[in-house]
This record gives sequence, structure tokens and C-alpha cells, in this order.
Amino acid sequence: MSLALPRLTGRRRVLPGFGLSLGISLMFVSLVLLLPMTSLVGQLSGISLAEYWAIISDGRVVASYTVTIGAAALAALVNGAFGLLLAWVLVRYEFPGKRLLDALMDLPFALPTAVAGITLATLYASNGWMGRLLEPLGLQVAYTWVGIALAMAFTSIPFVVRTVQPVLEDLPQEVDEAALTLGASDATAFRRVILPHLWPALVTGTGLAFVRSLGEFGAIIFIAGNMPFETEITALMIFVKLQEYDYVGASAIASVVLMVSLALLLAINVWQGRFIKRLHGGRG
Amino acid sequence: MQRIGDAPAVRRGLIGAALVLSALFLLLPLVAIFAQAFTQGMGVFWANVSDHYTLRAIGLTLFITVLTIPVCLVFGVALAWLVTRFSFPGRRLLQTLIDIPFAVSPVVAGLIYLLLYGRNGWVGGWLDGHDIQLMFAWPGILMVTIFVTCPFVARELIPLMQAQGSREEEAAVTLGASGATIFRRVTLPNIRWALLYGVILTNARAVGEFGAVSVVSGAIRGQTNTLPLHLEQLYQDYNTVGAFASAALLALIALFTLAAKAGLEWRAARREA
Amino acid sequence: MGIRLSQIAKTYGRPGTPRALEPIDLEIASGELVGLLGPSGSGKTTLLRIIAGLEQADRNPAGTIHFGSRDVTDVHVRDRRIGFVFQHYALFKHMTVFDNVAFGLTVQPRKSRPSSGEIRTRVHQLLEMVQLERFAKRYPAELSGGQQQRVSLARALALRPEVLLLDEPFGALDAKVRQDLRRWLRHLHDELNFTSVFVTHDQEEALELSDRVVVMSDGRIEQIDAPADLYRAPANRFVFEFLGDVNRLEGEVRDGVLTCGEARLAVDLPEGPQELLLRPHELSLDAAPSATAHLPVTVTAVVPVGAEVRVELAADWLAEPWLATIGHGDFERLDVRRGQRLHARPQRWHRFGAEDRPAAKPSLA
Repeated sequence: MSLALPRLTGRRRVLPGFGLSLGISLMFVSLVLLLPMTSLVGQLSGISLAEYWAIISDGRVVASYTVTIGAAALAALVNGAFGLLLAWVLVRYEFPGKRLLDALMDLPFALPTAVAGITLATLYASNGWMGRLLEPLGLQVAYTWVGIALAMAFTSIPFVVRTVQPVLEDLPQEVDEAALTLGASDATAFRRVILPHLWPALVTGTGLAFVRSLGEFGAIIFIAGNMPFETEITALMIFVKLQEYDYVGASAIASVVLMVSLALLLAINVWQGRFIKRLHGGRG
Repeated sequence: MQRIGDAPAVRRGLIGAALVLSALFLLLPLVAIFAQAFTQGMGVFWANVSDHYTLRAIGLTLFITVLTIPVCLVFGVALAWLVTRFSFPGRRLLQTLIDIPFAVSPVVAGLIYLLLYGRNGWVGGWLDGHDIQLMFAWPGILMVTIFVTCPFVARELIPLMQAQGSREEEAAVTLGASGATIFRRVTLPNIRWALLYGVILTNARAVGEFGAVSVVSGAIRGQTNTLPLHLEQLYQDYNTVGAFASAALLALIALFTLAAKAGLEWRAARREA
Repeated sequence: MGIRLSQIAKTYGRPGTPRALEPIDLEIASGELVGLLGPSGSGKTTLLRIIAGLEQADRNPAGTIHFGSRDVTDVHVRDRRIGFVFQHYALFKHMTVFDNVAFGLTVQPRKSRPSSGEIRTRVHQLLEMVQLERFAKRYPAELSGGQQQRVSLARALALRPEVLLLDEPFGALDAKVRQDLRRWLRHLHDELNFTSVFVTHDQEEALELSDRVVVMSDGRIEQIDAPADLYRAPANRFVFEFLGDVNRLEGEVRDGVLTCGEARLAVDLPEGPQELLLRPHELSLDAAPSATAHLPVTVTAVVPVGAEVRVELAADWLAEPWLATIGHGDFERLDVRRGQRLHARPQRWHRFGAEDRPAAKPSLA
């Protein structure tokens, strides 16, 4: 530290404000982001590893992992396909209503999750607009894990669209043309040339959608029905423990969620970095 | 011009599919909010909105938002300035750290604040001794709201300021301008629209945050109930129309956010053209 | 395989807006290397892309494109069997050099696709030809611009096209690499004997590389000729000015003498105002005026460039400064220095009529 500090502050910098902006940023990151996380460690240091394991491997909690991960995976997969379609249509085609469709893509980010939650629950309940249509077909959405996946998909679709869209926009026309002059059919050119270009963005977007879905709460609890072992998500488990004043239990489960999310976030970043390196010069 | 997927049948099929799916999946819920809010007419809607507890919830939500925005603004600008104008060890780590609120479940965010500042927490315990209560009161709501919204301004500014580079600021330094002058006269005019958009996003999220707030608020009707929490209570009490009246207000803010974004993008595109 | 275009026109946007390409007829012989030369916006790239099938020509007039005897007017680009080289290479970044070159072969329908062994042999031959064999496993981002353009050429040649089209192939490269690649393309063309059309805005490149040059401006063909003829006998003022530096002399002709301020030049021209154009190498310098030319000038700059010396000249009677290129012999004999007063002597000059028709062939003064 004594070696690093002079290097950090002593170098002459052309632009002003280094000290000030560094001070504000570090203070904020430490106080707002990092300090609260230490409380989780403090809370959990009071219990033994066996107790910790007992809490996080409890049957009802494990069932909630299964429901959450399963529904999030389904939502991410559906969003991968749907998001790719939307990004493609928005970038490649001109049609009436395109600007409206583009604006609509951000709705799930702009709409409070609780609003999305009660709306989806109302729409897909057996007397709702969609529920009335789907239930005679034997497809129950509300109060099942399909409903959970639906709510997750709704809140996370912009991640895929907004990650893929700029990459598709930056794909030069010549790449299409090169494939066509070499005799490739549309399907082949898409599969062999376009899709590999979009792949990093698509995986990143889908990954972010997945991470977001794992933690989503407000949009889900209304449509989920919250039946223990069946339609209870992990975020709700934490909430339930809190309402029972079981802070240790809540912390243990939260630590699992937190570690999984952060690990996924890190994995996405590392993977993306590797891919970008290859496309923009492996030696750089 | 020849591009892949330009065959009329392919084109029409894909556009059609995108429109139908978006209508069902995104537009229909939006329509449903207003339809539900107005099922019993304008009068009932108005009665719900002007209900004492609703007004108190609106007031608290606005109060929290108004306090959140300047904090996020200062942090966002400082961080963006730091990571785009200087290179120093740990710069990338810092950029990764500010993504944490995006990855952390809102419930977990609420929980860690509750643990730290609640009566049993190590900071909360000390505060309690001095008769200061942060959790289950508006300061707690404010703190978690800042946690979940703090990345927005920085995330809007960083790519823009990175792309613009620091040539203009360096030119201003050579001309003898002070730091404050450089920021006000050179940097700010270049980033003001991104800054505005960051604020709009912060606003939308601050108004609508539910998971984190529901953990720390205690949801005391008329006191620590924000609009989303109020809406939840109404919904759980089977007052669907009342819940959707509040939902409609929140949806209006969302629509304003979308319109503002579209407007800012349209403006940027027109300036490029 | 020859290329024949007849009445090919192109309008972007609504019909009635100005055409990017006026109806054009053009015949390119089999095995020829033709350069399309013109300033930006002259329609040269549009013409190339129409030949490739990347753009559709207008329906009215109904133009046609023939490759040999085959009418390809309505044939899709993927079935035209052309090789196309893009200005910015357009390599597939996620594929290795090998996979880029192999792409055209591997996307063939199963029936006509060579076996993977054949593909490997063919790609290695191509890479050997462009001298990039040891880079087969690299990704495009790891290559220099010149290397990338060679990969792009190998990729375009993989399907053995009989027509090779190149859109500003060397435009993005620096001067030295550009020189090498030009020479190298010329060899390749002579060796493999395909028909090539390339687009450039660089006169030197067009003149050096082409069998014939098509000079274009404003969507029209101004002249088609072999490089030597083009330079010697430009069809009009545009071609003359586009192909090199130009000195201008405007004045009144009376009794066979053109006068402009204190400058006088004996000419065989009708009475009245006249404008003469001179190339820099068509001017020589001397200490004294000659019997036919009295053109006093002052040297404002001297730049020795390789085999010749560029001398900038100014005078009261000149609206814009002149440029003369002289040999080192004259340079030393006259001991040319800045500020020196000398006399210019035109060996040749050119004159074009107001409506861009060649009015008088060059004559000696």
C-alpha cells in the first residue's frame, strides 16, 4: 500500500478532479455497496457450518431453488429466441409502428415490478383476458410455475433485445454481402455468419436475463400463488423467514442467492472478455 | 441492396411474428392496467386516487425520489469522470462493482440493509442506543432506494464519455480553465442528454422499487407505505380497482419514461444525420 | 468471360429524382482488367455493385447484363458466380483465415460441394498463392490490413469465378502496401486469366493497373480508353483535369498572340477570349523569354521529388499559381531558388470548348 499510494496520487494528471471524484466514488461504493454486505457475514458468523447447511438444504428451500432456477432457465431461453427476433426485426426492417415497438421494448424496465405483477396475475387468472382463453385449452398459467416463468420473462426481455440490438446494428452490410457473393443461402448465411457474430451478445443478454430472473420478486409473487414446495421462489423464502424474524435463516438463504448471482455476473464478464479479445485482435 | 432475410415472405413473417408476440406479451398488460383502473368509471378511479392513504403513499414516494436523484447524480457523474478521464489501478474493478445492484435480488438488498441498520445490527444497535431508528422508517426506504438506483446515471454516462474522449477537456486545460469551469462549460454540454436520461431511469426505478423497500419499510399505512407497497396492500385486500388506480399512476410514469427516452434518442439521431 | 451492359441505369429513392447512374452501355472483353475511375458520387461503385448483383438496376429503361452469352440481369447475386472483394475486406471475424477462404466451398449445396479433403487442398493452394499459408489458423484481427485484403482475395477466388469485382480494394491501405498489392494483383490477373473490374478514385492506380480505364462523373461515362491514350488524348476537360495537375492560362487573342497582363504567347487561335490548359511537365523554365512566349514568373517553392523537381510559380498575371515539373539537369543549370525570376515556356497546351467537346488538339508553341 505504501508503494502503491504515491503512484496513485503522485502522478501528474492533466485533468483536474481526480482526488475529488476518487473520494466520492470510493466513499459511495464502500458505504452504500460494500458495507451492508458485511452484515451478512456478521450475521452468519454466529452459526456453525452444519447449521448453515441445514438451513440452506432444507426441503422447502431446495424446492424453491428448483422452481426459481427452472422457471428462470425457461424464461431466459424463451427470451433468447424472442429477443433475437425482436432485435432482428427492429434493426433490419422498416415498417409502420417500428418506433412504437422500439419504445415498447423498455416497458418492462420502466414499469414498477409490482404493477407488472398484479397486472399479469389479473390477466392470466382464470377469469382474466388471457386466462379465459388459455384455461379451456388446459393451460393454467396463474399460480403455477409457468406463471412464474412468464413474469420472469416479462421483466427481463429488454436485457436480450438491448444487448443484441447494437451489435446487430454495427454488423456491416458487407458481411451480408460477402456471404451472398460466396453463394450462401439466407439460412446458411444467418447460421454460419450472422449468428456467430451475435452469439456473445445473445449469450450475455440471456445470461443477464437469467440473473435478473433469479432475483426477481415483485413481479412474481402475485402470479405465483406461493404454495410451499410448488410455486415458492427463493426470494420469497427470504421474505418469509424475515417475517418470522428468523434473520439467520434469511441471511443464509440470501448468501446463497448473492453468491450465485455474483458468480454468474463474473462468469458473464469473463466469458464476454475472452470472446471480444478474439474478435478484436488476440494479442491486444 | 441485398441483405440476408430480405425476401418478402421472410420479412413479412418475422415482422408479423414480432408484432403479434409483442402485442400479447407487452402491450396487452399495459392496456389491462388502465382497463382495470377504469372498470368502474372515472369517478371511482378518482376517489381511489384521492384517497387519504393513497395521497400519503404518493407523497412519500415523491419525497424519496426527490432525495434519491441528487445523490445518484453526484455519484454517477463523479464515478463516470473518474473511470473515463483517469487510469489508475482498480479502475476495472470499480466499474464491475457498480453493477452489483443490478445482479443482487432486491429482497437481498433490503435484507443486508436491515441487518446492518436494524436494531440487531452492529450499526443499528448503536443507533438504537441513541434513539435513532432508520429501518421501518423513511430513511431506510431512502437508503435501499439509493442502493438499487445508483448504477443508472453512471451506466448512461460511462460509455458516452468514453466514446467522446478527453480531448476537449484537455484543450480547455491548455486554455487555462479551472476544473469547475471545464466541467460546466465543456463536459456538461456534451453529456447533458445522457445525464437527463440517467435521471429519468433513476426516477422510474426509485418510484417503482418494491422488493427492497418492502423488506425495510414495515409498510405502516399512511406512514411508511410507498405507492407500490400501497398498491400491494390494496390488491391483497381484494380492492382490485383501487390497486389498479395506483398501478395506473405508476404506469403513467413508465409511459413518460418511454416517451422521454424515445424523444432523446430521436433528438440524438437527428443531430447525427 | 466477357461482360456486356446495356442501358443500365440506377435511381435511388423515388423515380424522378436525379439518377445515380444515367443509362450506360459498356462492354468488357474476356480476360480484360478494367478500372472504373471517378470522384466520389460519380456512380462507379454503384455500377460495380450492379454488375455484382448487389444492387438492382432500374426497370425503366430495361437494361440488361450479360456474362458471356448468359443473361444475368435477374440472377441473384449468390447465383452469379462472381468473386467480390470489399474495400474493408469484410472478412468473417469469428472464423480463422482457413475457414474464411473455405466458406464459399462449404456453403455449396451438398450435391456440388467438394469433399472436405478437396476443400482443404484447394484452400491451401489459395493461401499459398496469396503467401499466407502459415497464417491459416489465425483470426483476421491478428493480421495486418494488407494481409487481410489478400485473404479476402483468396476467399473471392475460391469458387474459381470467371469475373472478379473489386470495390476500392486498396483504398484502406497505406501507400507502400498499396503499391505491392497492385503489382501482385496484376500478376495474379495475368496468370489466372479472369475478367476483372475494379473501382478506384486514385488516377495513378487506375492508370497503372488497368488494360482500359472507364472515367466516370455524375453517373456518366466520360471516356473509355487505354491508360496511355487517356492521358495523351483526354476526351474532355473533366477527364483532363481529373487525370492530373492542371495549369490555367486565360487571355485575349489578337493577331495570333494571347495576352494576359504582361504575359504573351503566340498561338494559332481565333480572335477573342481563350483558356489554355497545361500539364506541369509540359512547361519548361529558362532565364530568358523565347520568340513565341513571354511568360515571366517568380519561383515561390522548390520541392525535389525523386526523378524530378516540382517548382511552384507565381506572377501578377496569374490568378492561381502554376506548377512546373522539371528535370534535375534544368534545375542545376538554372540554379533554381525561391524568389528567382524566370520565364516559363510551354511545350504543349490543351484547349476544350465551353460545352466540354474537345475543340483543338494540342499544338506546339
